[in-house]
Amino acid sequence: MMDRPAVNKSPTQRERKRSGSDPSRPIVDVADVHQAFGSVEVLKGVSMIVRKGGVVCIIGPSGSGKSTLLRCINGLVPIQSGSIRVADFEVHQLRTDKEKIALRKEVSMVFQQYNLFPHKTALENVMMAPIHVLHEERNEVRERAVALLTKVGLAQKRDSYPGELSGGQQQRVAIARSLAMRPEVMLFDEVTAALDPETVKEVLNTIRELAREGMTCILVTHEMRFAREIADEVLFTDGGKIVEAGPPAELFDRPRMERTKAFLSQVL
Amino acid sequence: MQVVWDWFRWLYDTTGINLTIFYDAFDRTRFASGFWMTVKLSVICILLSVVIGIIGAGIQRSRYRIPRTVVYWYIQAFRNTPPLVQLYFFYFGLGALLKGVTGPMVTNVTWAIISLSFFAGAFNVEIFRSGIEAVPRTTLEAAESLGFSRLQTYLRIVFPLAFRISLPALNNNLVNLVKTTTLAYAIAVPEMLYVSSQIWSDELNVPVMMNVLLVAYFVLVGILVWIMHRWEKAIRVPGFGV
Repeated sequence: MMDRPAVNKSPTQRERKRSGSDPSRPIVDVADVHQAFGSVEVLKGVSMIVRKGGVVCIIGPSGSGKSTLLRCINGLVPIQSGSIRVADFEVHQLRTDKEKIALRKEVSMVFQQYNLFPHKTALENVMMAPIHVLHEERNEVRERAVALLTKVGLAQKRDSYPGELSGGQQQRVAIARSLAMRPEVMLFDEVTAALDPETVKEVLNTIRELAREGMTCILVTHEMRFAREIADEVLFTDGGKIVEAGPPAELFDRPRMERTKAFLSQVL
Repeated sequence: MQVVWDWFRWLYDTTGINLTIFYDAFDRTRFASGFWMTVKLSVICILLSVVIGIIGAGIQRSRYRIPRTVVYWYIQAFRNTPPLVQLYFFYFGLGALLKGVTGPMVTNVTWAIISLSFFAGAFNVEIFRSGIEAVPRTTLEAAESLGFSRLQTYLRIVFPLAFRISLPALNNNLVNLVKTTTLAYAIAVPEMLYVSSQIWSDELNVPVMMNVLLVAYFVLVGILVWIMHRWEKAIRVPGFGV
């Protein structure tokens, strides 16, 4: 792990509780985040907020820092300056495994390459984290896992190994695995980019259903039509900055910035 | 059983093939004990060397530099020196030095086990390490994002995958280890080669005993390979290409 710059002490338990009781407060609050890998600055002052139940889509060209932003929100990548808060956790101040595990209950991530554990069946993949990380009771976790696999339409595949599933099926298992942690926020990192066009639909349907149920979602996506359909807000990023943000109808139909127009004319 | 022993005596009388290890009760006991000593050395060293490999590969993932450096130099030392020299070092060097501390409890057999386990263990660390490095970085990221600790990730995800990837290379090294147990001959461990040399000195049946040794090791290693292949099959994960 890279060292993080020293920052002020994390808030005490009581402070967290008190601040968490305000329902109008955004569930994700990213403020002026700078992030660099070595000398390459990937994020150059990114700010965004997401309210509970909101669906935010991040679009933009490759290398614009979209995935890195998600990884920062999830605490996978340390940031150099700025602040990231998810629910009651100051993500950039979490250090120990124990502190981070508390964050994992709030925010869960789905990856482009599914990243299922290949030596475990679909059901075991979903059950592992609640049992070993949250230390929940096995039978109860099992019930929940079966319910989640049913929800993503894969109950009949519960005993299959990832290698026996199609890309779309693997991705849906990965979504179920993330949901098993009962997160408040779901992060989707180009989850359909590695799929063939036919299976993209089944994954998008799953995400659509989640969004309808009120799950807070942040998606990095190249599926413009899907973004337009489900997003409350769309962010266009380029060169490590958010160039433009707004409701999908505005951003897609009446983009204000030249850079946004140029990008959209390429992809739409 | 007597019929079998008599047949070997008849074989000697008619053809001159002198297998005293079958028809002579004294040689039979000697050879059997040598055979079992080889089996014992092999099994114990295999287990210990695998344990050393797992621990060493785990330490190499440590975020602290000193333990990593220790493991690095351990591998260098044992990979870059001949196993026979290592055996001599442990028995005549270290063994003599520690005599006052350990007393006569640490026998030549124990030193052979220690020496051979560390020898094969050094290679096992490298074998497991390459297996660990073959586990995709993104799989670790998924584990991290689900809240697994470093130790949990290693035990539950990285190691089970790395082990499957490592098995074929591990097989090779363990086969080598079984064959290397013959070096214990040099410090008078009464294993199969040692007792055979005693037998051929007494009976003057050198060519016959050479053939016996070849066949015996061929069978022993064959059994090991068979077991390892069965195991490889048993833990194979459908769709996980190795």
